[in-house]
Amino acid sequence: MRARFLPHPLLSLTLFLVWLLLVNSISLNSIVFAAILGLVVPMITQPYWPDMPRLSKPMAIPAYVLIVLYDIVMANIQVAMIVLFKPKSRLQPAWVCVPLDLRTPEAITVLAGTITLTPGTVSCDLAEDGHAVLVHCLHAPDPAAVRDDIKSRYERRLKEIFE
Amino acid sequence: MPFWAEITVTLFLVIAGLFGLVGSYGLVRLPDPMTRLHAPTKATTLGVGGALIASMVFFYATEGRVSTHELLITVFLFLTSPITALFIAKVHLHQRETPDDLPTPAEGTGWAGFAAEGPARGVRDFPPDPAGDTATPEISR
Amino acid sequence: MIGYALTFAIGCFSLGLILNLWRLVRGPNPSDRILALDTMAINAIALLILMGIWLGSAIFFEVSMLFALVGFVSTVSYCRFILRGDIIE
Repeated sequence: MRARFLPHPLLSLTLFLVWLLLVNSISLNSIVFAAILGLVVPMITQPYWPDMPRLSKPMAIPAYVLIVLYDIVMANIQVAMIVLFKPKSRLQPAWVCVPLDLRTPEAITVLAGTITLTPGTVSCDLAEDGHAVLVHCLHAPDPAAVRDDIKSRYERRLKEIFE
Repeated sequence: MPFWAEITVTLFLVIAGLFGLVGSYGLVRLPDPMTRLHAPTKATTLGVGGALIASMVFFYATEGRVSTHELLITVFLFLTSPITALFIAKVHLHQRETPDDLPTPAEGTGWAGFAAEGPARGVRDFPPDPAGDTATPEISR
Repeated sequence: MIGYALTFAIGCFSLGLILNLWRLVRGPNPSDRILALDTMAINAIALLILMGIWLGSAIFFEVSMLFALVGFVSTVSYCRFILRGDIIE
């Protein structure tokens, strides 16, 4: 029953909230319409989403978001300093290969997005078997430290959330 | 408008302007295509984020209503900027790099962008240019 | 005081647009040009938001939302075109 009428509860909740944010008012009409959207869209699109991502510890998500936001602000200051003051000749860009312990596609997507949003690192490609991410660093005198930092700071937490 | 709101809005506007400018300046200053990718995708995201927070506080202080559109735009930009960065990086890898320049992920595997088969395959129409960013190759069809 | 800060921010983002334009015209690789276009779209969103504060009107949020959507889709389709030679297969 639940699988038929509410196949993706998280998607329904997201649609509900996004619609309320979009119309920018909490009146009865908008709540009813948001509820209709949240029910109908997942039912129609269910064939495209055969399996549902599982969250084993959803309570850890706010802490993760706060850490990432803090890192983004720090990242921006660091990158701004590098852009403004570091001479081009002393810039040391590097490719780093980060082996992954995560296996679910959703977790890898979130990790890649986090890497791109934070200090001087951009995730560029995934290994053929999906067991490693290619990361480019703007300024990395010590590429191994960047890899360990990503693994201990983000991947460990994502593993707790998703697996 | 209360004094605290004025201070906050001013602060966020100045931060937004500075980071937006640094992002665009980095796009001009940094030496090679991959490093250029770093400046805008980050600094401009915080630049727009600062402007959105300033606008949120401003409309709350002047009209007394909490506007949520800004939050939606911020979330949208934070979701899409990694995707655009990934796509631009893939374009660069596809046109400029060979697998030999990159670290190998593990024994017997390569990066998905260079794999002959598979969903992430790129079509290599011309050999990569070892000289770096000196010339623009024509895309032959 | 907000007026001065607003002028400063608008000036910064406008200067940023000019720098992006320089990279767009000059940029040796297609990837640089796409990046410059994407950054231009983001700077334009910031300018629209600042314009909204300047005029005290909320109508600009819809405009900047649409601009964000169109900018994202156009960047991705440029990249798709270079990667696959086609946008929708």
